[in-house]
Amino acid sequence: MNIRGRVFRFGDDIDTDAIIPARYLNTSDPDELRKHCMEDADPAFSSKVSRGDIIVAGKNFGCGSSREHAPIAIKASGVSCVIASSFARIFFRNSFNMGLPIFESDEASAEVKEGDIVEVDASTGLITDVTTGKQYRSRPIPQFMQELIADGGLMEHILKRGGI
Amino acid sequence: MGMTIAEKILAAHTDAREVKPGDIVKVNVDVALANDITAPLAIRAFQTGGQAKLADPDRVVFVLDHFTPNKDIASANQCKLVRDFAHQHELKNFFDGGEVGVEHALLPEKGLVLPGDLVIGADSHTCTYGALGAFATGVGSTDLAAAMMTSQAWMKVPESMKFIFKGELLPWVGGKDLILYLIGDIGVDGGLYRVLEIEGPAVSSLDLSNRLTMSNMAIEAGAKAGIIYADEKTEAYVKPRAKRPYTVFESAADARYVSVREYDCANIEPQVAFPHLPENARPISEVGEVRIDQVVIGSCTNGRIEDLRVSARVLKGQKVDKGVRCVVLPATPEVFLKADEEGLIRIFLEAGAIIGPPSCGPCLGGHLGILAKGEKALATTNRNFVGRMGDPGSEVYLSGPAVAAASAVTGRISSPSEVME
Repeated sequence: MNIRGRVFRFGDDIDTDAIIPARYLNTSDPDELRKHCMEDADPAFSSKVSRGDIIVAGKNFGCGSSREHAPIAIKASGVSCVIASSFARIFFRNSFNMGLPIFESDEASAEVKEGDIVEVDASTGLITDVTTGKQYRSRPIPQFMQELIADGGLMEHILKRGGI
Repeated sequence: MGMTIAEKILAAHTDAREVKPGDIVKVNVDVALANDITAPLAIRAFQTGGQAKLADPDRVVFVLDHFTPNKDIASANQCKLVRDFAHQHELKNFFDGGEVGVEHALLPEKGLVLPGDLVIGADSHTCTYGALGAFATGVGSTDLAAAMMTSQAWMKVPESMKFIFKGELLPWVGGKDLILYLIGDIGVDGGLYRVLEIEGPAVSSLDLSNRLTMSNMAIEAGAKAGIIYADEKTEAYVKPRAKRPYTVFESAADARYVSVREYDCANIEPQVAFPHLPENARPISEVGEVRIDQVVIGSCTNGRIEDLRVSARVLKGQKVDKGVRCVVLPATPEVFLKADEEGLIRIFLEAGAIIGPPSCGPCLGGHLGILAKGEKALATTNRNFVGRMGDPGSEVYLSGPAVAAASAVTGRISSPSEVME
């Protein structure tokens, strides 16, 4: 699967309250959550983002709460993937379970700029900054998590294999 | 090579005799927990799976504690969805109405989590139960749905980091100060994907409540769990509450840690974490002049009876500053009752504090004390992210219950020694 989109940049330690503030968690409707995605980090994000766009952030993206509303809101915004130098562990898990592609690369996180066009080969994890021509390898994904992706998420994995 | 507590608990919940960091293992889950925000997504995922019954209803715990008493129509609908499901599946561990307590204060109190347990919860502060010698970690709603279907979860075995607290605690220092100090040292991702194993004479000297506070904030260092060995104090707490057998695990003498850090408590003053990350911890002597509009005493971090006793000791005979709203939320009905019996509620009310119901309330900006733009709060809660307690232009500072109470009296962040003789 190939992903291509325009980059929105965020910094380090973007927490789940910034991704989707708890004041909106009285619903889990993706379309409602979408309207407030990244609101406390960039209030205009939901009006600027378009289908296919990519979030590139620093370290520890998605720290804080376990709310699955965070990857849901990002996915519903049309964001095709998130690239960061590291992810908080619950957000990391949730993204695989929800089918939101995420990639870890220190170099891409440091060098890719706001507005760059970036392509990602989801099967190899190769990240290409089309604007600058530079390429980055993302950290390999454990075999079991690759299976989760291939099966289409955790629930599909269980239904297909009769258990975890 | 021997195993750590975390590795031993994980191994005991698999078919394997041994596990090592990096292994991906399928584990049997003793308790699967969710609340009114995360349970609706888990229930929907469970229903999508098409399975008629829960794998084991006795292992599933739902607590309606976040936006309750229902703060608005949408929250009421979320709670109703969970309530209907809980009744349909005859959940005996479903907490609603007057039985609601803040989940991570409630479950230990009810004896629902025991040493050696493997617990997953669709709430990041599930790591609180590490203080009971359990392996407990936060997950998303889909992982929880999987556990509802199978009573199992998948885990990557984490590496462990050891933290040893030595020396005697300074006056007014508690578990909150020690954990804020630790997070200040290693940062909000200093424990990422890892287990914090916390020990030492100073930790042994703490009561269970203060230890629960420490494990509660392991997630604030990015950790998967924050585990404290279950000693005789833990057993004394757990035994009268337990309704099933349990096992105490101890790390092997030759267990492997990626790092070992020692702290001397003689250097640890009461701590305050500045906006907007818990790692921005400073000793109270270096806080300077910070005027506040609100104080919140409560939450899964510091809403137990021991916390209210400390706050009441400071507030007794004092008055909350006219410019401050001081909101006290006893974390569970049992805490509330005890606080009443011990005269603490009277002390709070006479001081001019507001008493709220057991609820997560303002901690995550739900209700019962939301901040306006530009306002500052000092809270005994666990997160001070942008917009956490209200308007994105407001600020949250974190502290333990003694500093919170003292600050309510002076109207600015203050050491308890300022208001106490």
